[in-house]
Amino acid sequence: MKQGPKDKVAYKKMAQRHTPKKPVMANCIKAFLVGGMICLLGQFLQGFYIAYFGFNERSASNPTVATLVFIAVLLTGLGVYDRIGQWAGAGSAVPVTGFANAMSSAALEHRSEGYVLGVGGQMFKVAGPVIVFGTVAAFFVALIKQILTMLS
Amino acid sequence: MPLMGKQTWHFPSAPVLLATAAVVGPKEGAGPLGEDFDTVHPDNYIGQDSWEKAERRLIEEACQTALQKADISGDKVDVLYAGDLLNQIISANFAARTLGVPFLGLFGACSTSMESLALAAMTVDAGYADTALAATCSHNSTAERQFRYPTEYGGQKPPTAQSTVTGSGAAVVGKGGVGPRVTHATIGKVVDLGITSPFEMGAAMAPAAADTISRHFRDTGRTPEDYDLIVTGDLARVGHKICNELLEQEGFYLGDRFKDCGILIYDPDQEEVFSGGSGCGCCAVVTYGHLLKRMEKGELERILVIATGALLSPVSTQQGESIPCVAHAVCIERGSGSGD
Repeated sequence: MKQGPKDKVAYKKMAQRHTPKKPVMANCIKAFLVGGMICLLGQFLQGFYIAYFGFNERSASNPTVATLVFIAVLLTGLGVYDRIGQWAGAGSAVPVTGFANAMSSAALEHRSEGYVLGVGGQMFKVAGPVIVFGTVAAFFVALIKQILTMLS
Repeated sequence: MPLMGKQTWHFPSAPVLLATAAVVGPKEGAGPLGEDFDTVHPDNYIGQDSWEKAERRLIEEACQTALQKADISGDKVDVLYAGDLLNQIISANFAARTLGVPFLGLFGACSTSMESLALAAMTVDAGYADTALAATCSHNSTAERQFRYPTEYGGQKPPTAQSTVTGSGAAVVGKGGVGPRVTHATIGKVVDLGITSPFEMGAAMAPAAADTISRHFRDTGRTPEDYDLIVTGDLARVGHKICNELLEQEGFYLGDRFKDCGILIYDPDQEEVFSGGSGCGCCAVVTYGHLLKRMEKGELERILVIATGALLSPVSTQQGESIPCVAHAVCIERGSGSGD
C-alpha cells in the first residue's frame, strides 16, 4: 500500500465520507438543557440558603457550590455521572459539577495505587490544566485591568 | 515451500486447534453472541479488587478453560504466546507466572490474537512444540485508564469511538488430533495513512487490514470465493466500510462474507457501544467463541480472520503522531477426522 503524502490526503477524504458526523446541533441543545438545569438547581440552592440559613446573596455561593460538588461527587461514585456526561456533553462538563467529576473520577481510578502516589498524585490529572490555565488567565486579566485603571 | 509469495506462511502439517475458550464480561454476555462464550462474568471486577487484577483473571481463566477442554495439563504446554494492551503487557506476564509454562510475551495491540495464533501454529508446524498456547485479553476499564480517561469521568465520546471488549480468548494448538486446522498465516506490514485521532481507530486500521487481505489473496492465489467468511478484528462500523471500499479499489469484492468481530459482538442498541467493539479480546472471543462454534456445527468450512491493531501510545498521540497500524491474517479450516 502506498503511503505518500498524496495518498494520505486522498485517504483522509475517503475516510471522512464514511465517518458519521458529530451531531453538533443536538449536542448543543442537550448541553443547553442539562447545563441550564444544573444552574437552575444552583439558583434554587442559593435561594434556599438565603431564605433559611441567613446567608446573603454573595456568601450563599459558598454552600451552594459545596452542595453541587457534593452531589456531583456522589453521582460519580455511584457510576452515574459518566452516563449523564455522555448524553449531556458540555452541559455537565462545564459547570462546577464537571470539575468535581474530573477530580473524583481520577481519585477513584487511582485508588488502587495507594493514597499518596495514587489518589494524591493522580487526582489533578484531568482537572489540573483547568487550575493552571485558570490561574494564568486570572493573572493576565488582572494585569490588563490594572493597566487600564492606571491609564484612566 | 512454507513461505508463499511475500508475506504468507503455509503450514504443511496444518496444526490443530485442540480447544479454544472465550471468557467475557457482562456487556459482552448480554450481546448477540452471549451464548457462545464459555464463561460470562456478571461483574466487571471478576471478584477482584482492581481492574488490572480482573483482566489478569480473565486471561488466566481463558487459558485454564482451554486446557481443560483439550484435556491437557499445564505442564504439557511447550510454549505460551500471549499479550494484552497494558503497559509492559502485565496481564500476560502475570498469567504466565500463574501457568508456569515457557512464555513469549507479545505486543501487537488488538492484532495480538492472530499474531499469537500464527506464531503458535508456526512453532508447532516446525516441530519446536507439540502443544502451544495462544492467548490475549482486554478489559474496558483498564483500557480506558491506559489510553483515555478515568472510567467514571464524564467526557463525551464521538460516534466514531469504540468500546473496548472485556474478555479473553485462548487457543490450544497441537500437532495432531481432531479439530479445526490452521493452514496459513499472512503477516502484515505496518501501514499508516495519517489518521491522528484515537477516537477514529477504525479509519486508522482499515488500510492495514485491506493491505494484509489483498496480500493474502495475491500470495496464495486464492479469491474471496474460497472463503465462507472473511472477518476483521475490530474495524467496527466505520472502519469496516472503509476497508471494503479499499478492497474494491484493489479489485477484491468480498460482499456478504465480509464481517467484523467489533460489529458482531454487540447489539447496536446496547449502551455505549458507539461504532462497535475493540481491544485484543474482541477478535479473540468472537473467533474462539462464536466463529469456531459455527465451524464445529458445519456452517463454515474455511475462514480468514484478520486481527487489526492500532500501535499507538498515549504519549505518541499527545505528541501529535499519526497512528501506525498492523493486521495479521490466519486461515482456519474445518478439520476432518483424526490428524495424521
